[in-house]
Amino acid sequence: MELVKEKWTGKVHEVIIGATGAEGGTRTAVVRAGGETTMPFYDFEGGMPNRPVLAMEVLDKIPDEPSESLKKVFGDVWGDPGEWARKCVEEFGAEMISVQLLSAHPDEGDTDEKHAVETVRKVLKAVGVPLIIRAPGVAEKDNLIIPAASQAAAGERVLLGSAVQDNYKTIVASALADGHCIITESPIDINIAKQVNILVTDMGFPTDRIVMDPTTGGLGYGLEYTFSIMERARLAALGGDTVLAQPFISYIGQESWRAKETKAENEEWGDIEKRAPLWEAVGAISMLQAGSDILVLRHPHALKIVRQMLDELMGK
Amino acid sequence: MYIIGERINGMFKNVKEAILAQDKSVIQELALTQMEHGADCLDVNVGPATRDQVGAMEWLVKTINEVGEFPLSIDSPKPDVIEAGLKNCRVQPIINSTTADPEVMNKLLPMAKKYNSRVIGLTIDENGVPGTAEGRTEVALKFLAACMEHEIEIEDIFIDPIILPVNAAQDVPKRVLEAIHSCKMLSDPAPAVILGLSNVSQKCNNRKLINRTYLVMAMAMGLSACILDPFDDDLMDAMITARLLLNEDIYCDSFLEAYRQKHSTAKI
Repeated sequence: MELVKEKWTGKVHEVIIGATGAEGGTRTAVVRAGGETTMPFYDFEGGMPNRPVLAMEVLDKIPDEPSESLKKVFGDVWGDPGEWARKCVEEFGAEMISVQLLSAHPDEGDTDEKHAVETVRKVLKAVGVPLIIRAPGVAEKDNLIIPAASQAAAGERVLLGSAVQDNYKTIVASALADGHCIITESPIDINIAKQVNILVTDMGFPTDRIVMDPTTGGLGYGLEYTFSIMERARLAALGGDTVLAQPFISYIGQESWRAKETKAENEEWGDIEKRAPLWEAVGAISMLQAGSDILVLRHPHALKIVRQMLDELMGK
Repeated sequence: MYIIGERINGMFKNVKEAILAQDKSVIQELALTQMEHGADCLDVNVGPATRDQVGAMEWLVKTINEVGEFPLSIDSPKPDVIEAGLKNCRVQPIINSTTADPEVMNKLLPMAKKYNSRVIGLTIDENGVPGTAEGRTEVALKFLAACMEHEIEIEDIFIDPIILPVNAAQDVPKRVLEAIHSCKMLSDPAPAVILGLSNVSQKCNNRKLINRTYLVMAMAMGLSACILDPFDDDLMDAMITARLLLNEDIYCDSFLEAYRQKHSTAKI
């Protein structure tokens, strides 16, 4: 039987994150995300030149309601983002680090831009992988934190987050000035996802430096909505809609560890030590199938499962 | 919607004068600005500008080639003029057009094959233009069958069900809408259906309004390509909006801009 194949005309932009010494940064390697000319893993139909990237998340504060599973792994480095990042990279093989400048949030400590700069410098020094730097998502604080953090990482071609429909000018200006990539974020809404991309490119921001965050619903908490939006956007991109032809980033770790399934002791649900990372891994693998290019994970066991799955899907 | 820009045509005074004076700049400007305004392809028609139609067609195509590799729709009723254009095209051209008259097809379809050209088939045969939608569809089928015989791929075929001016033949626009719909049923995948839009409003009042209203109606029936004036911004806006309402583009608040941005980057 002959396979029915689609002929796609579009291609997802390839975004390069990180700059080595030769490119004016200090990273030991760069990552490439995107570049697909077909739906995820349809290698019989088109190309998927870049393996999806597995990033791990580092917060700039001790988590308020820490999960016991995560505490067992990271308890010793919580409070020190540099060491936390080092552990993710050296022990667990994280390919990128996403630095969450969470403590700048008015409800999470309301720390200032100096604190953000310090965090960024520590992580840059501790690890050689490319960074994602993400502000807390409150416009008035983001507009202070992002320019400072961006400048502290100038030339490193980090992925800065996030530009949203109502607040994108500061981040775009910072990323243009300091040579970074940006995340365009939308609230599980394909129309807004497209709109933010238009707004950002209208300011002259290059399309090969944009990664889309469609907002991830965790497994059991709206994952299917995210899935269908990503699928629709990717189909449009491959059909020639260049405005949507950006790689995706999925904060699946963050969403998974909010769920009661990763927190609650419950005998009927099985051992939480196995269950919690599995919950994250299953969500992450679903995001891969939806077309995600960068997965931001929390638990090393989840990362291991996803990596094995990728080995199988992509061939080692 | 595949847009063929209609402005490089010897019927227009500035083009006629440019052909006679061999003034490249007018033609090159028209080529570039039509592409910027959303054309995917440029129609090239010597029109009544000069007797040396072969020479003029060659000159037009070469002149356009100097500013970019654009798909060209080589527009002439004369096979030798068409061939003069095709010979000089650098990317896959379109023959505009053949009828379904076997004598004409036997000249032009082998030419399409030889130059790897796409081809527009008018729904007119040796008996003229059929008066009904069914008649037009029948002729279209005859044209499709001939294309198959000449091993022309379905992706390279356009059917033009021939629109006439609404003031001269007021029953035709509706029949053509029906014909568009039925031509789309002729094969799977369906052939592309094209119209020379401006014809619907020849010598009418309020031409632009008639053009854009009809374009939207035709798109709803399945029109896939159109020869039109890309400088008509209201027409282009109506086309972009129709795409949205037909679920061919994903909505965003700046949908007009998004389409134009997508279109301009897609060509680079």
